[in-house]
Amino acid sequence: MSMFSQEHQAFLKKKKRGKRKIIFFRIFILFLFLALWEIASDQKWINSFLSSSPKLIFQTILSLIKTNDLWQHVGITIFETILSFLIASFLGISIGAFLWWHPMIEKIVDPYLTVCNSLPKVALGPLIIIWVGASTRSIIFMALLIATFLSIIDIYQSFVTTEQNYIILMKSFHATKRQIFLKVILPSNIGQIIKSLKINIGMSFIGVIMGELLVSKKGLGYLIMYGSQVFNINLVISSVFLLGLLSFSFYYLICLFEKQIQKKNGSTE
Amino acid sequence: MKILSVSHLSKNYHDLKDEIPAIKEITFDLEDQEFISIVGPSGCGKSTFLSILSGLDQQSDGEITFHKKNCKVGYMLQKDSLFPWKSVLENCLVGLEVEGKVKEEDKKEVLRLLKTYGLSEFQDKYPKSLSGGMRQRVALIRTLALKPDILLLDEPFSALDYQTRLALSDDVYQIIKKEKKTAIMVTHDLAEAISISDRIFVLSKRPATIKKIYEVKLTNKKTPIHNRKCKEFSAYYDQIWRDLDVHV
Repeated sequence: MSMFSQEHQAFLKKKKRGKRKIIFFRIFILFLFLALWEIASDQKWINSFLSSSPKLIFQTILSLIKTNDLWQHVGITIFETILSFLIASFLGISIGAFLWWHPMIEKIVDPYLTVCNSLPKVALGPLIIIWVGASTRSIIFMALLIATFLSIIDIYQSFVTTEQNYIILMKSFHATKRQIFLKVILPSNIGQIIKSLKINIGMSFIGVIMGELLVSKKGLGYLIMYGSQVFNINLVISSVFLLGLLSFSFYYLICLFEKQIQKKNGSTE
Repeated sequence: MKILSVSHLSKNYHDLKDEIPAIKEITFDLEDQEFISIVGPSGCGKSTFLSILSGLDQQSDGEITFHKKNCKVGYMLQKDSLFPWKSVLENCLVGLEVEGKVKEEDKKEVLRLLKTYGLSEFQDKYPKSLSGGMRQRVALIRTLALKPDILLLDEPFSALDYQTRLALSDDVYQIIKKEKKTAIMVTHDLAEAISISDRIFVLSKRPATIKKIYEVKLTNKKTPIHNRKCKEFSAYYDQIWRDLDVHV
Protein backbone atom coordinates (compact mmCIF):
# COMPACT_ATOMS: atom_id res chain seq x y z
CA MET A 1 0.00 0.00 0.00
CA SER A 2 2.80 2.38 0.85
CA MET A 3 3.79 2.29 -2.81
CA PHE A 4 0.78 4.40 -3.70
CA SER A 5 0.97 8.14 -4.01
CA GLN A 6 -0.71 10.30 -1.41
CA GLU A 7 -3.43 11.18 -3.81
CA HIS A 8 -4.20 7.51 -4.38
CA GLN A 9 -4.15 6.78 -0.65
CA ALA A 10 -6.61 9.57 -0.11
CA PHE A 11 -8.78 8.09 -2.84
CA LEU A 12 -8.73 4.65 -1.20
CA LYS A 13 -9.51 6.18 2.17
CA LYS A 14 -12.48 8.02 0.73
CA LYS A 15 -13.80 4.86 -0.89
CA LYS A 16 -13.45 2.98 2.38
CA ARG A 17 -15.12 5.73 4.35
CA GLY A 18 -18.04 5.70 1.92
CA LYS A 19 -18.48 1.97 2.39
CA ARG A 20 -18.37 2.27 6.17
CA LYS A 21 -20.98 5.00 6.04
CA ILE A 22 -23.34 2.73 4.11
CA ILE A 23 -22.94 -0.12 6.58
CA PHE A 24 -23.36 2.24 9.53
CA PHE A 25 -26.61 3.65 8.22
CA ARG A 26 -27.98 0.25 7.39
CA ILE A 27 -27.50 -0.87 10.99
CA PHE A 28 -28.60 2.50 12.31
CA ILE A 29 -31.97 2.29 10.53
CA LEU A 30 -32.58 -1.16 11.98
CA PHE A 31 -31.79 0.02 15.51
CA LEU A 32 -33.82 3.16 15.12
CA PHE A 33 -36.78 1.10 13.99
CA LEU A 34 -36.45 -1.38 16.85
CA ALA A 35 -35.94 1.36 19.41
CA LEU A 36 -38.99 3.33 18.25
CA TRP A 37 -41.05 0.18 18.27
CA GLU A 38 -39.92 -0.69 21.80
CA ILE A 39 -40.50 2.81 23.11
CA ALA A 40 -43.90 3.00 21.46
CA SER A 41 -45.05 -0.19 23.09
CA ASP A 42 -43.48 0.68 26.49
CA GLN A 43 -45.21 4.04 26.50
CA LYS A 44 -48.41 2.32 25.46
CA TRP A 45 -48.66 4.41 22.26
CA ILE A 46 -49.42 1.14 20.56
CA ASN A 47 -51.01 -1.99 21.90
CA SER A 48 -48.23 -4.51 22.46
CA PHE A 49 -50.74 -7.33 22.53
CA LEU A 50 -51.59 -6.64 18.91
CA SER A 51 -48.27 -5.41 17.61
CA SER A 52 -45.81 -7.06 19.97
CA SER A 53 -42.44 -5.44 20.73
CA PRO A 54 -38.78 -6.25 20.15
CA LYS A 55 -38.37 -7.35 23.77
CA LEU A 56 -41.35 -9.68 23.58
CA ILE A 57 -40.10 -11.12 20.30
CA PHE A 58 -36.70 -11.72 21.85
CA GLN A 59 -38.33 -13.49 24.81
CA THR A 60 -40.52 -15.58 22.53
CA ILE A 61 -37.53 -16.72 20.50
CA LEU A 62 -35.59 -17.47 23.70
CA SER A 63 -38.37 -19.65 25.02
CA LEU A 64 -38.62 -21.40 21.66
CA ILE A 65 -34.90 -22.15 21.92
CA LYS A 66 -35.32 -23.42 25.50
CA THR A 67 -38.04 -25.85 24.55
CA ASN A 68 -35.97 -26.99 21.60
CA ASP A 69 -38.86 -26.16 19.28
CA LEU A 70 -37.00 -23.47 17.38
CA TRP A 71 -34.48 -25.74 15.68
CA GLN A 72 -37.14 -28.19 14.75
CA HIS A 73 -39.32 -25.59 13.07
CA VAL A 74 -36.51 -23.64 11.47
CA GLY A 75 -34.74 -26.85 10.47
CA ILE A 76 -37.72 -28.33 8.69
CA THR A 77 -38.35 -25.08 6.82
CA ILE A 78 -34.71 -24.89 5.74
CA PHE A 79 -34.74 -28.53 4.70
CA GLU A 80 -37.91 -28.14 2.63
CA THR A 81 -36.68 -24.96 1.01
CA ILE A 82 -33.31 -26.38 0.03
CA LEU A 83 -34.85 -29.59 -1.27
CA SER A 84 -37.37 -27.66 -3.40
CA PHE A 85 -34.65 -25.31 -4.55
CA LEU A 86 -32.43 -28.16 -5.69
CA ILE A 87 -35.21 -29.99 -7.51
CA ALA A 88 -36.58 -26.80 -9.10
CA SER A 89 -33.11 -25.72 -10.24
CA PHE A 90 -32.37 -29.12 -11.69
CA LEU A 91 -35.70 -29.20 -13.52
CA GLY A 92 -35.30 -25.60 -14.65
CA ILE A 93 -31.87 -26.12 -16.14
CA SER A 94 -32.56 -29.49 -17.74
CA ILE A 95 -35.97 -28.61 -19.16
CA GLY A 96 -34.64 -25.20 -20.25
CA ALA A 97 -31.83 -26.99 -22.07
CA PHE A 98 -34.25 -29.48 -23.60
CA LEU A 99 -36.41 -26.67 -24.97
CA TRP A 100 -33.34 -24.90 -26.37
CA TRP A 101 -32.44 -28.15 -28.07
CA HIS A 102 -35.89 -28.63 -29.57
CA PRO A 103 -37.21 -25.23 -30.70
CA MET A 104 -40.28 -26.82 -32.23
CA ILE A 105 -41.36 -28.33 -28.93
CA GLU A 106 -40.67 -25.01 -27.23
CA LYS A 107 -43.01 -23.25 -29.65
CA ILE A 108 -45.70 -25.84 -28.99
CA VAL A 109 -45.56 -25.71 -25.19
CA ASP A 110 -44.90 -21.98 -24.88
CA PRO A 111 -48.52 -20.93 -24.16
CA TYR A 112 -48.89 -23.73 -21.62
CA LEU A 113 -45.73 -22.68 -19.83
CA THR A 114 -46.91 -19.09 -19.71
CA VAL A 115 -50.28 -20.09 -18.24
CA CYS A 116 -48.67 -22.44 -15.72
CA ASN A 117 -46.28 -19.73 -14.68
CA SER A 118 -48.80 -16.95 -14.24
CA LEU A 119 -51.50 -19.05 -12.59
CA PRO A 120 -51.69 -18.15 -8.87
CA LYS A 121 -50.54 -21.41 -7.32
CA VAL A 122 -52.31 -20.86 -3.98
CA ALA A 123 -55.47 -21.55 -5.89
CA LEU A 124 -54.21 -25.08 -6.37
CA GLY A 125 -53.65 -25.55 -2.63
CA PRO A 126 -56.85 -27.52 -1.93
CA LEU A 127 -56.24 -29.71 -4.98
CA ILE A 128 -52.69 -30.44 -3.91
CA ILE A 129 -53.87 -31.50 -0.48
CA ILE A 130 -56.42 -33.84 -2.03
CA TRP A 131 -54.02 -35.31 -4.57
CA VAL A 132 -50.73 -35.42 -2.70
CA GLY A 133 -52.01 -35.52 0.86
CA ALA A 134 -51.38 -33.21 3.79
CA SER A 135 -47.71 -33.95 4.22
CA THR A 136 -44.22 -32.64 3.55
CA ARG A 137 -44.67 -33.93 0.01
CA SER A 138 -47.43 -31.47 -0.72
CA ILE A 139 -45.33 -28.61 0.67
CA ILE A 140 -42.48 -29.51 -1.68
CA PHE A 141 -44.98 -29.91 -4.48
CA MET A 142 -46.36 -26.43 -3.89
CA ALA A 143 -42.86 -24.94 -3.80
CA LEU A 144 -41.95 -26.72 -7.03
CA LEU A 145 -45.08 -25.43 -8.76
CA ILE A 146 -44.10 -21.90 -7.85
CA ALA A 147 -40.38 -22.11 -8.57
CA THR A 148 -40.02 -24.51 -11.50
CA PHE A 149 -41.97 -22.81 -14.28
CA LEU A 150 -40.33 -19.49 -13.66
CA SER A 151 -36.97 -21.20 -13.60
CA ILE A 152 -37.60 -23.02 -16.89
CA ILE A 153 -38.71 -19.84 -18.65
CA ASP A 154 -35.78 -17.89 -17.23
CA ILE A 155 -33.12 -20.43 -18.16
CA TYR A 156 -34.59 -21.01 -21.61
CA GLN A 157 -34.68 -17.26 -22.26
CA SER A 158 -31.05 -16.85 -21.32
CA PHE A 159 -30.06 -19.84 -23.48
CA VAL A 160 -31.77 -18.52 -26.60
CA THR A 161 -30.39 -15.03 -26.16
CA THR A 162 -26.81 -16.28 -26.10
CA GLU A 163 -24.52 -14.12 -28.24
CA GLN A 164 -25.29 -15.28 -31.79
CA ASN A 165 -21.75 -14.64 -32.99
CA TYR A 166 -20.41 -17.29 -30.63
CA ILE A 167 -22.78 -19.80 -32.19
CA ILE A 168 -21.93 -18.76 -35.75
CA LEU A 169 -18.27 -19.15 -34.87
CA MET A 170 -18.89 -22.66 -33.56
CA LYS A 171 -20.90 -23.49 -36.67
CA SER A 172 -18.02 -22.30 -38.84
CA PHE A 173 -15.97 -25.00 -37.08
CA HIS A 174 -18.75 -27.46 -37.99
CA ALA A 175 -19.57 -28.00 -34.33
CA THR A 176 -22.40 -30.36 -33.39
CA LYS A 177 -25.36 -29.12 -31.38
CA ARG A 178 -23.99 -30.92 -28.35
CA GLN A 179 -20.65 -29.15 -28.71
CA ILE A 180 -22.37 -25.80 -29.11
CA PHE A 181 -24.33 -26.47 -25.95
CA LEU A 182 -21.41 -27.61 -23.84
CA LYS A 183 -18.81 -25.17 -25.12
CA VAL A 184 -20.89 -22.02 -25.59
CA ILE A 185 -24.44 -22.07 -24.24
CA LEU A 186 -23.61 -23.44 -20.81
CA PRO A 187 -20.38 -21.56 -20.00
CA SER A 188 -21.59 -18.25 -21.43
CA ASN A 189 -24.72 -18.40 -19.31
CA ILE A 190 -23.17 -19.20 -15.92
CA GLY A 191 -23.97 -15.69 -14.74
CA GLN A 192 -27.56 -15.97 -15.96
CA ILE A 193 -27.95 -19.38 -14.32
CA ILE A 194 -26.78 -18.01 -10.99
CA LYS A 195 -29.18 -15.09 -11.37
CA SER A 196 -32.00 -17.54 -11.89
CA LEU A 197 -30.83 -19.55 -8.86
CA LYS A 198 -31.17 -16.38 -6.79
CA ILE A 199 -34.75 -15.96 -7.90
CA ASN A 200 -35.32 -19.65 -7.50
CA ILE A 201 -34.32 -19.81 -3.84
CA GLY A 202 -36.70 -16.96 -3.08
CA MET A 203 -39.51 -18.66 -4.96
CA SER A 204 -38.89 -22.01 -3.25
CA PHE A 205 -38.99 -20.24 0.09
CA ILE A 206 -42.29 -18.56 -0.73
CA GLY A 207 -43.67 -21.88 -1.92
CA VAL A 208 -42.59 -23.73 1.20
CA ILE A 209 -44.11 -21.16 3.56
CA MET A 210 -47.30 -21.16 1.51
CA GLY A 211 -47.39 -24.95 1.72
CA GLU A 212 -46.72 -24.88 5.44
CA LEU A 213 -49.51 -22.37 6.00
CA LEU A 214 -51.84 -24.77 4.22
CA VAL A 215 -50.98 -28.16 5.60
CA SER A 216 -48.07 -28.63 7.93
CA LYS A 217 -47.54 -29.56 11.56
CA LYS A 218 -44.00 -28.17 11.65
CA GLY A 219 -42.02 -25.30 10.24
CA LEU A 220 -42.15 -21.53 10.44
CA GLY A 221 -45.25 -21.36 8.28
CA TYR A 222 -46.96 -23.65 10.73
CA LEU A 223 -45.84 -21.47 13.67
CA ILE A 224 -47.40 -18.44 12.01
CA MET A 225 -50.65 -20.30 11.38
CA TYR A 226 -50.72 -21.73 14.88
CA GLY A 227 -49.84 -18.35 16.45
CA SER A 228 -52.65 -16.62 14.63
CA GLN A 229 -55.16 -19.30 15.59
CA VAL A 230 -54.38 -18.98 19.32
CA PHE A 231 -53.98 -15.22 18.92
CA ASN A 232 -50.36 -15.28 20.00
CA ILE A 233 -49.14 -12.27 18.02
CA ASN A 234 -45.68 -12.54 19.59
CA LEU A 235 -45.27 -15.94 18.05
CA VAL A 236 -46.51 -14.75 14.64
CA ILE A 237 -44.20 -11.75 14.51
CA SER A 238 -41.24 -13.73 15.87
CA SER A 239 -41.74 -16.25 13.09
CA VAL A 240 -41.96 -13.51 10.51
CA PHE A 241 -38.75 -12.07 11.90
CA LEU A 242 -37.06 -15.47 11.61
CA LEU A 243 -38.35 -15.76 8.04
CA GLY A 244 -36.67 -12.50 7.19
CA LEU A 245 -33.44 -13.70 8.73
CA LEU A 246 -33.63 -16.98 6.80
CA SER A 247 -34.36 -15.40 3.44
CA PHE A 248 -31.44 -13.06 3.94
CA SER A 249 -29.15 -16.01 4.74
CA PHE A 250 -30.31 -17.96 1.69
CA TYR A 251 -29.64 -15.00 -0.55
CA TYR A 252 -26.28 -14.41 1.04
CA LEU A 253 -25.27 -18.06 0.52
CA ILE A 254 -26.01 -17.84 -3.22
CA CYS A 255 -24.01 -14.64 -3.42
CA LEU A 256 -21.06 -16.41 -1.78
CA PHE A 257 -21.44 -19.22 -4.29
CA GLU A 258 -21.51 -16.68 -7.11
CA LYS A 259 -18.28 -15.10 -5.88
CA GLN A 260 -16.61 -18.51 -5.75
CA ILE A 261 -17.59 -19.22 -9.34
CA GLN A 262 -16.38 -15.83 -10.48
CA LYS A 263 -13.05 -16.37 -8.79
CA LYS A 264 -12.68 -19.73 -10.47
CA ASN A 265 -13.56 -18.30 -13.87
CA GLY A 266 -11.16 -15.41 -13.57
CA SER A 267 -14.16 -13.06 -13.28
CA THR A 268 -15.63 -12.97 -16.76
CA GLU A 269 -17.02 -9.64 -17.85
CA MET B 1 -2.23 -23.66 -59.66
CA LYS B 2 -5.94 -23.32 -59.21
CA ILE B 3 -7.27 -24.06 -55.75
CA LEU B 4 -10.94 -23.15 -56.06
CA SER B 5 -13.46 -22.74 -58.85
CA VAL B 6 -16.86 -21.19 -58.40
CA SER B 7 -19.26 -21.44 -61.29
CA HIS B 8 -22.71 -19.91 -61.77
CA LEU B 9 -23.24 -19.57 -58.04
CA SER B 10 -26.63 -18.17 -57.05
CA LYS B 11 -28.38 -17.69 -53.77
CA ASN B 12 -31.96 -16.75 -53.02
CA TYR B 13 -33.46 -15.83 -49.70
CA HIS B 14 -37.01 -16.68 -48.84
CA ASP B 15 -39.49 -15.10 -46.56
CA LEU B 16 -43.24 -15.45 -46.42
CA LYS B 17 -43.90 -12.60 -48.81
CA ASP B 18 -41.13 -12.87 -51.26
CA GLU B 19 -38.15 -14.60 -52.79
CA ILE B 20 -35.13 -12.34 -52.73
CA PRO B 21 -32.24 -13.09 -55.08
CA ALA B 22 -29.06 -12.21 -53.15
CA ILE B 23 -26.38 -13.54 -55.46
CA LYS B 24 -26.67 -14.24 -59.16
CA GLU B 25 -24.36 -16.22 -61.41
CA ILE B 26 -20.99 -15.65 -59.83
CA THR B 27 -18.14 -17.42 -61.60
CA PHE B 28 -14.40 -17.22 -60.93
CA ASP B 29 -11.24 -19.20 -60.26
CA LEU B 30 -8.91 -18.69 -57.33
CA GLU B 31 -5.18 -19.34 -57.58
CA ASP B 32 -3.21 -20.91 -54.77
CA GLN B 33 -1.74 -18.33 -52.36
CA GLU B 34 -3.68 -15.57 -54.00
CA PHE B 35 -5.19 -12.75 -51.96
CA ILE B 36 -8.44 -11.42 -53.36
CA SER B 37 -10.77 -8.79 -52.00
CA ILE B 38 -14.45 -8.43 -52.63
CA VAL B 39 -15.93 -4.96 -52.53
CA GLY B 40 -19.45 -3.87 -53.26
CA PRO B 41 -22.27 -1.64 -52.09
CA SER B 42 -23.45 -2.41 -48.57
CA GLY B 43 -26.05 -5.13 -48.31
CA CYS B 44 -25.16 -6.57 -51.70
CA GLY B 45 -24.53 -10.08 -50.43
CA LYS B 46 -20.78 -10.06 -49.84
CA SER B 47 -21.05 -11.75 -46.48
CA THR B 48 -23.59 -14.23 -47.81
CA PHE B 49 -21.04 -15.23 -50.39
CA LEU B 50 -18.45 -16.03 -47.71
CA SER B 51 -21.04 -17.91 -45.68
CA ILE B 52 -21.70 -20.15 -48.63
CA LEU B 53 -18.02 -20.78 -49.31
CA SER B 54 -17.47 -21.65 -45.65
CA GLY B 55 -20.36 -24.11 -45.66
CA LEU B 56 -22.40 -22.13 -43.12
CA ASP B 57 -25.01 -21.52 -45.78
CA GLN B 58 -26.17 -23.44 -48.86
CA GLN B 59 -26.18 -22.06 -52.37
CA SER B 60 -29.42 -22.17 -54.34
CA ASP B 61 -27.67 -22.99 -57.54
CA GLY B 62 -24.19 -23.39 -59.03
CA GLU B 63 -21.05 -25.28 -58.27
CA ILE B 64 -18.13 -24.84 -55.88
CA THR B 65 -15.11 -27.01 -56.67
CA PHE B 66 -12.00 -27.33 -54.57
CA HIS B 67 -9.03 -28.53 -56.59
CA LYS B 68 -7.07 -29.69 -53.62
CA LYS B 69 -7.89 -32.90 -51.79
CA ASN B 70 -9.54 -32.26 -48.42
CA CYS B 71 -9.30 -28.56 -48.97
CA LYS B 72 -10.05 -26.84 -45.70
CA VAL B 73 -11.70 -23.47 -45.38
CA GLY B 74 -11.15 -21.22 -42.37
CA TYR B 75 -13.61 -18.43 -41.67
CA MET B 76 -12.63 -15.32 -39.76
CA LEU B 77 -15.74 -13.47 -38.76
CA GLN B 78 -16.27 -9.76 -38.52
CA LYS B 79 -16.50 -9.88 -34.74
CA ASP B 80 -13.69 -11.65 -32.95
CA SER B 81 -16.16 -13.54 -30.72
CA LEU B 82 -13.45 -14.54 -28.28
CA PHE B 83 -14.97 -16.39 -25.35
CA PRO B 84 -14.54 -14.21 -22.27
CA TRP B 85 -14.46 -17.25 -19.99
CA LYS B 86 -11.48 -18.80 -21.74
CA SER B 87 -7.87 -17.66 -21.74
CA VAL B 88 -6.21 -16.51 -24.95
CA LEU B 89 -4.53 -19.88 -25.48
CA GLU B 90 -7.77 -21.77 -24.78
CA ASN B 91 -9.58 -19.51 -27.22
CA CYS B 92 -7.06 -20.35 -29.91
CA LEU B 93 -7.69 -24.04 -29.31
CA VAL B 94 -11.50 -23.88 -29.56
CA GLY B 95 -11.62 -24.84 -33.23
CA LEU B 96 -9.26 -27.75 -32.70
CA GLU B 97 -11.31 -28.95 -29.74
CA VAL B 98 -14.42 -29.00 -31.88
CA GLU B 99 -12.62 -31.06 -34.51
CA GLY B 100 -11.57 -33.64 -31.95
CA LYS B 101 -8.76 -34.04 -29.50
CA VAL B 102 -6.12 -31.34 -29.39
CA LYS B 103 -2.86 -33.01 -30.29
CA GLU B 104 0.37 -31.96 -28.67
CA GLU B 105 1.78 -30.85 -32.02
CA ASP B 106 -1.31 -28.71 -32.71
CA LYS B 107 -0.85 -27.00 -29.39
CA LYS B 108 2.81 -26.42 -30.15
CA GLU B 109 1.85 -24.88 -33.45
CA VAL B 110 -0.59 -22.52 -31.74
CA LEU B 111 2.05 -21.56 -29.20
CA ARG B 112 4.44 -20.87 -32.06
CA LEU B 113 1.86 -18.65 -33.78
CA LEU B 114 1.18 -16.78 -30.54
CA LYS B 115 4.88 -16.25 -30.09
CA THR B 116 5.54 -15.22 -33.68
CA TYR B 117 2.78 -12.66 -33.58
CA GLY B 118 3.72 -11.13 -30.27
CA LEU B 119 1.01 -12.58 -28.07
CA SER B 120 2.84 -15.20 -26.03
CA GLU B 121 2.98 -13.07 -22.89
CA PHE B 122 -0.82 -12.84 -23.04
CA GLN B 123 -1.54 -16.50 -23.66
CA ASP B 124 -2.82 -17.13 -20.12
CA LYS B 125 -4.66 -13.82 -19.86
CA TYR B 126 -8.35 -13.39 -20.56
CA PRO B 127 -9.55 -11.60 -23.71
CA LYS B 128 -10.84 -8.57 -21.82
CA SER B 129 -7.26 -7.52 -21.08
CA LEU B 130 -6.42 -7.36 -24.81
CA SER B 131 -6.72 -4.41 -27.15
CA GLY B 132 -8.95 -4.58 -30.22
CA GLY B 133 -6.04 -5.26 -32.54
CA MET B 134 -4.70 -8.02 -30.33
CA ARG B 135 -8.11 -9.64 -30.10
CA GLN B 136 -8.35 -9.70 -33.86
CA ARG B 137 -4.93 -11.32 -34.09
CA VAL B 138 -5.99 -13.96 -31.59
CA ALA B 139 -9.07 -14.59 -33.73
CA LEU B 140 -6.82 -15.03 -36.75
CA ILE B 141 -4.59 -17.49 -34.90
CA ARG B 142 -7.70 -19.38 -33.81
CA THR B 143 -8.60 -19.71 -37.48
CA LEU B 144 -5.05 -20.56 -38.58
CA ALA B 145 -4.78 -23.24 -35.88
CA LEU B 146 -7.05 -25.42 -37.99
CA LYS B 147 -4.53 -25.25 -40.84
CA PRO B 148 -6.99 -24.03 -43.47
CA ASP B 149 -5.93 -23.88 -47.10
CA ILE B 150 -8.25 -20.99 -47.85
CA LEU B 151 -8.98 -18.20 -45.42
CA LEU B 152 -12.21 -16.25 -45.62
CA LEU B 153 -12.03 -12.87 -43.95
CA ASP B 154 -15.27 -10.98 -43.35
CA GLU B 155 -14.38 -7.32 -42.81
CA PRO B 156 -11.72 -8.34 -40.34
CA PHE B 157 -10.66 -4.81 -39.47
CA SER B 158 -13.95 -2.94 -39.53
CA ALA B 159 -14.35 -2.80 -35.76
CA LEU B 160 -10.96 -1.19 -35.20
CA ASP B 161 -9.82 2.40 -35.06
CA TYR B 162 -7.94 3.74 -38.08
CA GLN B 163 -4.37 3.39 -36.82
CA THR B 164 -4.84 -0.10 -35.45
CA ARG B 165 -6.54 -0.98 -38.67
CA LEU B 166 -3.58 0.03 -40.81
CA ALA B 167 -1.07 -1.69 -38.56
CA LEU B 168 -3.13 -4.84 -38.28
CA SER B 169 -3.82 -5.14 -41.99
CA ASP B 170 -0.05 -5.08 -42.45
CA ASP B 171 0.33 -7.78 -39.80
CA VAL B 172 -2.42 -9.96 -41.15
CA TYR B 173 -1.10 -9.66 -44.68
CA GLN B 174 2.33 -10.80 -43.55
CA ILE B 175 0.92 -13.63 -41.45
CA ILE B 176 -1.10 -14.89 -44.39
CA LYS B 177 1.81 -14.64 -46.82
CA LYS B 178 4.23 -16.25 -44.38
CA GLU B 179 1.90 -19.15 -43.66
CA LYS B 180 1.35 -19.45 -47.43
CA LYS B 181 -2.42 -19.20 -47.30
CA THR B 182 -4.94 -18.30 -49.93
CA ALA B 183 -7.35 -15.60 -48.82
CA ILE B 184 -10.66 -14.06 -49.78
CA MET B 185 -11.47 -10.86 -47.93
CA VAL B 186 -14.72 -8.97 -47.89
CA THR B 187 -14.30 -5.28 -47.14
CA HIS B 188 -15.97 -1.96 -47.72
CA ASP B 189 -12.68 -0.10 -47.45
CA LEU B 190 -11.38 0.41 -50.97
CA ALA B 191 -7.93 1.57 -49.88
CA GLU B 192 -7.58 -1.55 -47.78
CA ALA B 193 -8.61 -3.73 -50.71
CA ILE B 194 -6.17 -2.09 -53.15
CA SER B 195 -3.26 -2.12 -50.75
CA ILE B 196 -3.61 -5.73 -49.67
CA SER B 197 -4.91 -7.79 -52.58
CA ASP B 198 -3.70 -9.37 -55.79
CA ARG B 199 -7.13 -9.09 -57.35
CA ILE B 200 -10.26 -7.15 -56.49
CA PHE B 201 -13.77 -8.25 -57.39
CA VAL B 202 -16.29 -5.45 -57.58
CA LEU B 203 -19.82 -6.65 -56.98
CA SER B 204 -22.97 -4.98 -58.22
CA LYS B 205 -26.00 -4.05 -56.18
CA ARG B 206 -28.30 -6.90 -55.13
CA PRO B 207 -28.61 -9.43 -56.67
CA ALA B 208 -24.84 -9.43 -56.59
CA THR B 209 -22.96 -10.25 -59.77
CA ILE B 210 -19.29 -9.69 -60.49
CA LYS B 211 -19.25 -6.30 -62.13
CA LYS B 212 -15.55 -6.05 -62.69
CA ILE B 213 -12.31 -7.77 -61.75
CA TYR B 214 -9.17 -5.72 -61.17
CA GLU B 215 -5.71 -7.19 -61.22
CA VAL B 216 -3.85 -4.91 -58.85
CA LYS B 217 -0.50 -4.08 -60.42
CA LEU B 218 1.56 -1.70 -58.35
CA THR B 219 5.14 -0.64 -58.99
CA ASN B 220 7.33 -1.67 -56.06
CA LYS B 221 4.61 -3.73 -54.41
CA LYS B 222 5.54 -4.51 -50.82
CA THR B 223 3.41 -4.43 -47.68
CA PRO B 224 -0.09 -2.92 -47.47
CA ILE B 225 0.98 0.27 -45.72
CA HIS B 226 3.78 0.81 -48.20
CA ASN B 227 1.52 0.00 -51.15
CA ARG B 228 -0.68 2.97 -50.34
CA LYS B 229 2.16 5.18 -51.53
CA CYS B 230 2.47 3.54 -54.95
CA LYS B 231 1.70 5.82 -57.84
CA GLU B 232 -1.09 3.66 -59.30
CA PHE B 233 -2.94 3.56 -56.01
CA SER B 234 -5.22 6.56 -56.45
CA ALA B 235 -6.08 5.63 -60.04
CA TYR B 236 -7.39 2.28 -58.84
CA TYR B 237 -9.26 4.02 -56.05
CA ASP B 238 -10.99 6.41 -58.45
CA GLN B 239 -11.86 3.68 -60.87
CA ILE B 240 -13.36 1.33 -58.28
CA TRP B 241 -15.19 4.15 -56.57
CA ARG B 242 -16.85 4.96 -59.87
CA ASP B 243 -17.73 1.29 -60.39
CA LEU B 244 -19.48 1.18 -57.06
CA ASP B 245 -21.71 3.99 -58.22
CA VAL B 246 -22.61 5.22 -54.77
CA HIS B 247 -25.39 7.76 -54.37
CA VAL B 248 -26.00 9.16 -50.97
